[in-house]
Amino acid sequence: MLKPGEFYQRDREWHPPAYVPDYKTSVARSPRQALISLENTVSEITGPVFGHNDIDGGDNDLIYNYAKPGESAIGERIILHGRVLDENGRPLPHTLVEIWQANAGGRYRHKKDTYLAPIDPNFGGCGRTLTDENGYYYFRTVKPGAYPWRNWVNNWRPAHIHMSIFGTAFAQRLITQCYFEGDPLIAKCPIVNTIPDPAAIDRLIAPLDLNATIPLDTIAYKFDVVLRGRRSTLFENRLEGN
Amino acid sequence: MPQSLEYLKETPSQTAGPYVHIGLAPGAAGFDIYKQELGWDIAGPNARGERIRVEGLVIDGTGSPVKDVLLEAWQANADGIYAHPEHAGAVEEGFRGWGRVITDFTTGEWGFDTVKPGAVPGRNGAVQAPHINLWIVARGINVGLNTRLYFEDETEANAADPVINMIEWENRRQTLIAKRNEKDGKVVYRFVIRLQGENETVFFDI
Ligand SMILES: [Fe+2]
Repeated sequence: MLKPGEFYQRDREWHPPAYVPDYKTSVARSPRQALISLENTVSEITGPVFGHNDIDGGDNDLIYNYAKPGESAIGERIILHGRVLDENGRPLPHTLVEIWQANAGGRYRHKKDTYLAPIDPNFGGCGRTLTDENGYYYFRTVKPGAYPWRNWVNNWRPAHIHMSIFGTAFAQRLITQCYFEGDPLIAKCPIVNTIPDPAAIDRLIAPLDLNATIPLDTIAYKFDVVLRGRRSTLFENRLEGN
Repeated sequence: MPQSLEYLKETPSQTAGPYVHIGLAPGAAGFDIYKQELGWDIAGPNARGERIRVEGLVIDGTGSPVKDVLLEAWQANADGIYAHPEHAGAVEEGFRGWGRVITDFTTGEWGFDTVKPGAVPGRNGAVQAPHINLWIVARGINVGLNTRLYFEDETEANAADPVINMIEWENRRQTLIAKRNEKDGKVVYRFVIRLQGENETVFFDI
């Protein structure tokens, strides 16, 4: 069997640049030298493999995964679901997806978060799952609240869920944030607006997905994730030196 | 109009933010939720080779340690094999080669225990010097930063490494070399990552 080859280069004009003065924390944390472009070697085309021994079945249900028996998290019950694909449109099966978020009041369960909205005793705020053989994943959670943050004096993050995705190679590693259709804070957020192309921002906005709701129970949003694709090796693959 | 290529675009990156620990290291955020957190044991109990500790700091452009970083490491075993189906060869049972570590909230220090990796194949028949691939995310970092940690005592292998040699500025190559020390009988490599400014670490677009 032919092994696939290098990953398509990352489109750095599509991703946010490192230095975006309106997102103030990026100013001192952004490299000023150009990145050195590296053709893929075995170090980049490989990456960690995860299996069902690594996680528990209930890890993807944030309404219950930190709740006391018989209780559940407070907030608007949502399903967040979608597929993890590569740039060739192929699903990525059995890949690890991890999420974290604020509770329905916009408060994180984190020792460094001091926002005055209360902690929900039944909500941890993290979940993880593996995609199935079709690259499909789903989480059940509560819709996170907007929260204020220090940048300009009056900045509010739109409701968002942080997401970490692996793929099959270290070159595909990605962390992003999922926003929700119709939120007026999206357009005003300096972190969202680190992304220069409005079409790229749209890729981070999950639409309401009425077909996937559970009637009388849980509303649903769909969020597909695309990781880097790679070339086939039909003509040449000198990756490993032969 | 020509045909459409129909490729999808990669999902754009966003910063991991200040609360990345909740998702990827909840114990550090202050609560216990999972049966096991991932990435605490890179090499496992059966790994051959030299046991080492890797530690360091991440420094921002003002010279201050960054205290809310999460780093991920990806490395081969002592034989130079990655625990991945696309790299021929078996690794020791329990060797994963991947780990994740966070910085201390007050000092910014980070560190992990592992084994020293072996040399791995490079492109076109070249050999790459032993190295650990690192990925760095934090508040204020919009796209995760990739770099490589090489080992001070691998002088010859480093001198022949095709990736190190691709860096045009020889003085910048030193930013990828971890310094070897011994502490309480243990081999420790220290690796200081400078995000910006003088001696800025070399970061790669991989
Ligand atoms: Fe957040």
